[in-house]
Amino acid sequence: MAVRRLAQQQPESFAFSPENLEWAKRQITKYPPGRQASAVIPLLWRAQEQHEGWLPEPAMRYIADMLEMPYIRVLEVATFYTMFQLAPVGKKAHVQVCGTTPCMLRGAGDLIDACKKRIAPHQHELSADGAFSWEEVECLGACVNAPMVQVFSDTYEDLTEDSFNALLDTFERGGKPKPGPQIDRLYSAPEGGFTSLTDPRLDQGSSSEREAAEGVETGNGHHVEPTSEEASAEVAGHPDPTGLPEEAATRAQPTGEPKQEPATAEAPEASAKATHEHAVAQPEDVAEGEAKPAALDSPRNGKPDDLKRISGIGAKIEKTLNENGIYHFDQIAGWSDENVAWLDNNLKLRGRIGREEWVHQAQALQSADAEGKGE
Amino acid sequence: MLSDKDRIFTNIYGRFDSGLKGAMRRGSYSTTKDILAQGQDWVIEQVKASGLRGRGGAGFPTGLKWSFMPKEVGVRPHYLVVNADESEPGTCKDRDIMRHEPHQLIEGCLIASFAMRAHACYIYVRGEFIREREALQAAIDEAYDAGFLGKNNKFGWDFDLYVHHGAGAYICGEETALLESLEGKKGMPRLKPPFPANTGLYGCPTTVNNVESIAVVPEILRRGADWFAGLGKKNNTGTKLFCVSGHVNRPCNVEEEMGVPLRELIDRHCGGVRGGWDNLLAVIPGGSSVPCLPASACDDLTMDFDTLRDLKTGLGTAAVIVMDKSTDIVRAIARISYFYKHESCGQCTPCREGTGWMWRVLERMARGQAEKREIDMLFDVTKQVEGHTICALGDAAAWPVQGLIKNFRYEIERRIDDYTARSTQAPVAAVAAE
Repeated sequence: MAVRRLAQQQPESFAFSPENLEWAKRQITKYPPGRQASAVIPLLWRAQEQHEGWLPEPAMRYIADMLEMPYIRVLEVATFYTMFQLAPVGKKAHVQVCGTTPCMLRGAGDLIDACKKRIAPHQHELSADGAFSWEEVECLGACVNAPMVQVFSDTYEDLTEDSFNALLDTFERGGKPKPGPQIDRLYSAPEGGFTSLTDPRLDQGSSSEREAAEGVETGNGHHVEPTSEEASAEVAGHPDPTGLPEEAATRAQPTGEPKQEPATAEAPEASAKATHEHAVAQPEDVAEGEAKPAALDSPRNGKPDDLKRISGIGAKIEKTLNENGIYHFDQIAGWSDENVAWLDNNLKLRGRIGREEWVHQAQALQSADAEGKGE
Repeated sequence: MLSDKDRIFTNIYGRFDSGLKGAMRRGSYSTTKDILAQGQDWVIEQVKASGLRGRGGAGFPTGLKWSFMPKEVGVRPHYLVVNADESEPGTCKDRDIMRHEPHQLIEGCLIASFAMRAHACYIYVRGEFIREREALQAAIDEAYDAGFLGKNNKFGWDFDLYVHHGAGAYICGEETALLESLEGKKGMPRLKPPFPANTGLYGCPTTVNNVESIAVVPEILRRGADWFAGLGKKNNTGTKLFCVSGHVNRPCNVEEEMGVPLRELIDRHCGGVRGGWDNLLAVIPGGSSVPCLPASACDDLTMDFDTLRDLKTGLGTAAVIVMDKSTDIVRAIARISYFYKHESCGQCTPCREGTGWMWRVLERMARGQAEKREIDMLFDVTKQVEGHTICALGDAAAWPVQGLIKNFRYEIERRIDDYTARSTQAPVAAVAAE
């Protein structure tokens, strides 16, 4: 158990903003009638987000009234769950360093020392300028990416003392560092290349369809599935090029991408939230930062690659790409962010390239094909 | 080694499109309607026949658990609750399912709810998984838009799926604490019986399953129980997501066959132990709650429920924490003890007081500032905590300490000797309650 007390200095009052009030009312409808108390944790969390990252006592009363709960029950919840910050936290960053054994084994102690040196000697203490605070928390569930920290909603993983300091520098400047692994690595996949799931066709059809197709493909000698020994030998010999840093950057916020579909009545919560929080990330019809990708007059050797192997590209988009002089995976694999922006706007793809990770897929297909030829 | 075609979570690394379209291309929802057409009993029989054991740590057969739900729906509705409160130190598999394979989970929720005659399901996601929660909610919205969820959906089973979240309490991974939390209370476990299958969420029949247990069900039913039962070992079938952390060269999550040799797991997927296999000191094979194993037990170790149980440890959540010879093993286990002290809900006295006591003693032992008789006393106290609490957190706090004493007693004694040698009159610090 941890002893947790309310801060001495409390604001006069608290009320949800109109949007949050709407959101809160929708939350309550997720639970059966009379069970509105179930919404207490989500509502307290939203209150904390609204109130500069900490939960004041008036907010507890406000939510208790809203949910028709005795004040003490809400106070119990707020003091029991350790993510509720009961005192002010750093405005630019409240750094939660995971200190549990898996992170400790990989150097979480260095990060804690850095916090003590740079932020404040003790946990939950504001830095001199009030911009930072830190605490050691228990396992944050990213153990294969240890050591790691969480700052507000995002996690920053595979840290070293240096990259952690660089992270804090970025926050200090008011910037937003790239979430996820801070080394060349794709999420929880092993650094340096895949050791499983190396077959790019895994995205093509269900397992049973792939099995059925396998017999046919083995017949004409195309795409023979390597045995496990061969596959692992390949992996050892040719590190998979997945996990490039720029890829990770575009992929690091899978949830941040706005949905094309309008919010629906059945599930208003996340759609509304997505629109609300990520409106700035919407691709806009401006020409800034765009560049037309290099085009070919005709496919090399007269043989275009089958771009439909990239999931997300169908016959129609393939034709459009061909018309724009794109015939090969290596062309797609080499697109820069500016190229992607240009294509998005001019071919009306509305963010699909990034969302469906065409560049990344093309790189995987390209290297898979190269390996196929090498054998 | 498991081949890619037998892997269930083909997008676990988030390499492909995690959205509905990508998931459907990989086979999700392709046979849901046929599966539901076979009826509830068939689904439960298939899950039983597959030999699937719960992936949340205890390894209870999933099909059997489902069969405990009442066969008829009375005045009280049935609920499925998915436990996504993944907080066991070392474990980070459900996180990847939620952010990269959400539709496998959603389809699994639909099928499992159908099998247990539930029309509503709550997924309880741990509070820290904010982005994962958003990813999951976005996937659920997509499924609603496609007409796969909700009233009068395409599969013919009215079904609502909600995401709920906690706010940082390990104890809410215990199923009855999770239900308490979902009802808006402190996460304090309930006495059992009554079991949740009888009196669970809002007093209604409820089944609580781990994310991975639910997410593998659609693929099992698509490919047949025999396929799943043919992988792994007898009574330990199928595939499992392993999370290998700690002192390996390339820590990662990977889906492997049950019963995979530990050494193969580490050497093939994680680039080996840091400094070579001979540099291995100890392994915690199933998340922080299970006792550690010394390197001598690891050479031919296979990773499955029964083998590890026979070694007096457990597969748990298959979170392998590797420690090489540079590890301060006493301090590493002391840190785990601190974790349990921090996470004890405070309801039962043996756990509330015992976890703190064990941590404080271990901290002293890590410095060598203890007496040798205290080692036996500590072991005795862990036995007083174990089995004397409402939930298993007391056991989970006791086992790592017992594992340390059983396997590394010599290390604790060495430190005590060193410390006494340095100071001729080592004082025994007073041990007080908090």
